[in-house]
Amino acid sequence: MLRRLSVAVAGGLLLASAVAGCGASDDAGSGNSGGGGDDKITLGFSQVGAESGWRTANTKSVQDSAASAGIDLKFSDAQGKQENQIKAIRNFITQRVDVIAFSPVVESGWGTVLKEAKDANIPVILTDRAIDDPDTTLYKTFIGSDFVEEGKKAGQWLVKEYEGKTETVNIVELQGSPGAAPANDRKSGFADVIKADPKFKVIASQTGQFTRTDGKAVMETFLKSQPDIDVLYAHNDDMGLGAIEAIEAAGKKPGTDIKIITVDAVKDGMTALSENKINFIVECSPLLGPQLMDLVKKAKAGETIPQRVLTEETTFTPEQAKEALPSRKY
Amino acid sequence: MTTLLRHRLFWPTAVLVVLLASNLVFSNNFFSITLQDGHLYGSLIDILRRSAPLVLVALGMTLVIATGGIDLSVGSVMAISGALACLLIGDLSNPDALGPVLLVVGAAIALCVVFGLWNGFLVAVLGIQPIIATLILMVAGRGVAQLITGGQILNVHSAPYRVIGAGYFLAVPVSFLIAAVAVGLTVALTRRTALGLLLESVGGSPTASRLAGIRARRITIMVYVFAAAFAGVAGLIYSSDVSSADSNAAGNLIELNAILAVVLGGTALTGGRFSIAGSVLGAVIITTLDITAVSVGVPVETTLLFKAVVVIILCLAQSATFRAKVFGRFGTKRVEVPA
Repeated sequence: MLRRLSVAVAGGLLLASAVAGCGASDDAGSGNSGGGGDDKITLGFSQVGAESGWRTANTKSVQDSAASAGIDLKFSDAQGKQENQIKAIRNFITQRVDVIAFSPVVESGWGTVLKEAKDANIPVILTDRAIDDPDTTLYKTFIGSDFVEEGKKAGQWLVKEYEGKTETVNIVELQGSPGAAPANDRKSGFADVIKADPKFKVIASQTGQFTRTDGKAVMETFLKSQPDIDVLYAHNDDMGLGAIEAIEAAGKKPGTDIKIITVDAVKDGMTALSENKINFIVECSPLLGPQLMDLVKKAKAGETIPQRVLTEETTFTPEQAKEALPSRKY
Repeated sequence: MTTLLRHRLFWPTAVLVVLLASNLVFSNNFFSITLQDGHLYGSLIDILRRSAPLVLVALGMTLVIATGGIDLSVGSVMAISGALACLLIGDLSNPDALGPVLLVVGAAIALCVVFGLWNGFLVAVLGIQPIIATLILMVAGRGVAQLITGGQILNVHSAPYRVIGAGYFLAVPVSFLIAAVAVGLTVALTRRTALGLLLESVGGSPTASRLAGIRARRITIMVYVFAAAFAGVAGLIYSSDVSSADSNAAGNLIELNAILAVVLGGTALTGGRFSIAGSVLGAVIITTLDITAVSVGVPVETTLLFKAVVVIILCLAQSATFRAKVFGRFGTKRVEVPA
């Protein structure tokens, strides 16, 4: 009896979801042309996680600017896992949000779920990280920094810093999470610039997962396995901050004995820069909320928007950090 | 020689030795230990220091597994303990005062004990399967940790708190000392009292133990409390190491590493006999493997594969059936000689 009942319930649920699915796709046809009575835009946003201070500032910027732009934000945290993010996007599709925005955890594997969004007529906006898919019609636009350019800026500073010197410069690199766009691009941009001069040698390059703990742990091992390190290039501030602790524990002076370049410019990183523990930071601004909301409105209205929108960014030296620090929000 | 080869800790030890030796090939000063700013400094010290959280978690896991259970929630409990400690320290008027920081540490561990009681209650009183019972806290606990930190990374600046994970006492890393004391206490409790025997009997057959007059339920609750408390201390070490609480990364997947450490150490997942020394050795092997991958310069993309291969080799070497099949062809009498 019980078993039969449960089968019936399960069957009923299946049926219900199928009906709901049909209803949803019907909606897609009419909803888009009619515009609907409710003019408040719903935005489904799937964040990577909260792996660093940068990300936290990014989340806050999106939330704040959604509130001030009068956009109903459905926020979901993927906790660094692609499967969570795919699940979240599917939920957004089922909930019939107006626009989906997300910051992809990794570059590949988005084809299927984005196709579903496309079929449901929901425009998708990528924020701060790109995807690696030949079909660019899967998303409306990609707003964010140019990570290759960031890597290049880091490399250019290094080339200038060691201008006119001939001895070998030994570089260790702390990469971000394997497969993530910022990790791949910051690595290749940096490598492109420094390869022109053979005196620059990347002697070790490992992942610090964008976290302070792993940055510290990997740097500890670098310091023991590589007797001579001149420069550390970390793909974000947090790994650099972890590495600073490892360098100090090894009895060396960060910023002097080992020159440090990082990317992001979050408050903790800027503080270390102003204390001369970091030598140079390439900014990667997380405050893309207002620009994003603008794009969301345009996408909803069906206006044409450029495929690529860049965020405004700069670089910081210790002196500039001291000036910028008091007004730094994140 | 044969008895040595048959010792259940022979293969794990052999793998550890091979790992350490291969490090020596790639970096000449791997075994050098120097005194740096009044504390010991070297790769071996790193291994000891960085093994500490995993050793603690594996210790609790060993006891749980000995009773035939499993605890998947340890990683989340780690995150909760670090998050609570950092949150409370952030609210202190003077974070550099020893007394309040000790109170905070006590509060964090106390909260973990409560979570341990919860796990034990689900398993021993309600009779829910351990893997399901602890899965609840594994998922929900991560959420609790994120709730505590508000989804942010909490930074703290507290000299006494920093000592737990990054400090030294008489030149020896404090985190190592904490782990060593925990191992010592557990060994004393389980091998110098009847507790170890009771654990093994509960793991062997809870019903038979109960009929023999052992309070199986109490023993079961106790091991989950131990596991959670050890995980709590591990979480404090983890967060204190970089003076911040990261509720997503702290203890992420450590439950699997801990189970692996226990299995590498020769404790069967079916419960019954257990080896604390084996689990500690397993935890040290896993940490050494992590450090070796970086130190040898295994490319980032292949690091996980590298670890998997080493673990598979170790598991195969430990399997008597596998050894007999592979080496058996050359005559059973000479099985151990080529190794």
